[in-house]
Amino acid sequence: MSSRIEILNDGGFRSDGRLPSELRSLAFDLSPQAGADGSAMVSHGLTQVLVSVFGPREAKSRAQTMHNRAALNVEVSVAPFSTSDRRRRGRGDKRVQEIVAMIKSTFEPVVQTALYPRSQIDIFVHVLQQDGGVLQASINATTLALTAAGVPLLDLVCAITAGVHSTSPDSPLLDLTTLEENDCPSVTVAVMPRSGKLTLVSLETRVHVDVFKGILEVVGEAGKVLSLEMKRAVLARTKMLKDAMGAGLRTAEFAEDAGGDE
Amino acid sequence: MITFTSFPVAPDPYLARNDDAADYLPDSDYMDVDLEEESDAGSSKLTCPGESITSSHAFMRGHGTYVENEEVISSVAGLIERVNKLVTVRALRTRYNPEVGDLVVGRITEVQPRRWKVDANSRQDAVLMLSSVNLPGGVQRRKLESDELQMRNFFEEGDLLVAEVQAFFADGAMSLHTRSLKYGKLRNGQLVTVPPILVRRLKSHFYTLPCGVDLILGLNGYIWVSKHVKENEQEGEEGFDAEAVYSNKNDEIDEATRTAISRVTNIIRVLATHSIPLTDTLLLEAYEWAIEADVDLKDLLQEDIGDALIAAVTNR
Repeated sequence: MSSRIEILNDGGFRSDGRLPSELRSLAFDLSPQAGADGSAMVSHGLTQVLVSVFGPREAKSRAQTMHNRAALNVEVSVAPFSTSDRRRRGRGDKRVQEIVAMIKSTFEPVVQTALYPRSQIDIFVHVLQQDGGVLQASINATTLALTAAGVPLLDLVCAITAGVHSTSPDSPLLDLTTLEENDCPSVTVAVMPRSGKLTLVSLETRVHVDVFKGILEVVGEAGKVLSLEMKRAVLARTKMLKDAMGAGLRTAEFAEDAGGDE
Repeated sequence: MITFTSFPVAPDPYLARNDDAADYLPDSDYMDVDLEEESDAGSSKLTCPGESITSSHAFMRGHGTYVENEEVISSVAGLIERVNKLVTVRALRTRYNPEVGDLVVGRITEVQPRRWKVDANSRQDAVLMLSSVNLPGGVQRRKLESDELQMRNFFEEGDLLVAEVQAFFADGAMSLHTRSLKYGKLRNGQLVTVPPILVRRLKSHFYTLPCGVDLILGLNGYIWVSKHVKENEQEGEEGFDAEAVYSNKNDEIDEATRTAISRVTNIIRVLATHSIPLTDTLLLEAYEWAIEADVDLKDLLQEDIGDALIAAVTNR
């Protein structure tokens, strides 16, 4: 059965009105969650992912403890209400296990785990809504949550999905929705924008080798744009915390001065 | 929810920075100016992971940074601090980084041979050796095998204690001691946790508030709020009363004290959610405000009342 929806129409617009290299609306929410050392909620359009980070803390199991570095423990839970077909995905689900493995391998070279021997860093990913690009949203949210928890990272990792449609192989589509993911071959790439290194390239379908290079280039550019937004969000939060602490400190000093006079 | 509109810096500088490594050459004036300004104005600069701070030729890398391609690069989001040639980045939200001599409040997680494991909000559980606690029958007493067998009589899993950081092990885990009459098992109160950066190093971390409440500000962000114990009733050096020190039973606490403890706890929670560093004067002011405004202690945690409290204590 061929899809009746045009992925890319004659005017060069996608089914949701975006241009090929246009991202969906982004939202980063770094407000703290009770109990977690750092947390972040990231939305790419209708896809929404919440990540909580705990640690570095004492490793729970002896088997996981590594004497020279911290262990990354990733757990992904997909809410049953996150897709149109309501179904429960347990922790043993193949798809979920794959996402776990990819998030883990993305962050292992980025987190400076060697600074925390015998510890464990827990990353809990909650997928709240799915509309394509779950992996990219999970990775972006994990980056922000790790930053919020004060875990040292080499760089802010930015992930983005790109695909190609047969009608225009020269202009790759960025940030695919579920609709587009089902119809196009797609690549998810995680970039470290400062060095331009890739920590993840995930290709689940076949892409022609001629268009692959074009996709990677566009994705690299998109990663830089994403990283700017992330930096802004992180700096805004840091500034807010600093200002709040500064206000408190000034008052405290003032109060101490006044107390001394009495 | 954080909105980007409030942030003053336009994104363009970062684009420019990311584009070209030539910007970072030591002879350009970007860093010297920044760092000098910082020391003058007293307000430090903010950075986030992957941002280049300075050249590694001119400066040494400290905590929160790493060196790549002869540049010092930040690895955490926080404030850039400089001491002479050493550049560090201090994260504003992170786990507790212990230093020798720090006062911490912790919770026993495990009993092991000759030692307890203590959760102290650090990157690993702290260790409390059996040889670093005061045992019944004199301070200088030798530790016997019988003591090892009855370790759970002193501290059990879940018990809270106040201790001092004594030393570090090779892997960075901290070793605690409770060899002072001020330290030991905690009872008659309530624990409240705040981000560790909100507790400053002070002359004393033991406070008595006039409302009949004792306060122990652990540098690890664990704060113990308890019923006031009179000085002369504290377990004395000569008559070291092991029964009382290691007791698991609370004293009789009257209604007024319980209310006061809860009120102080809630005030600390409100201050912490607004990320205001804790001092005794600030807490006292907040307490007085809560009494004057006649706020029910449950309502203190409501957002509007919390905001009013913060406005009252910070805008004087």
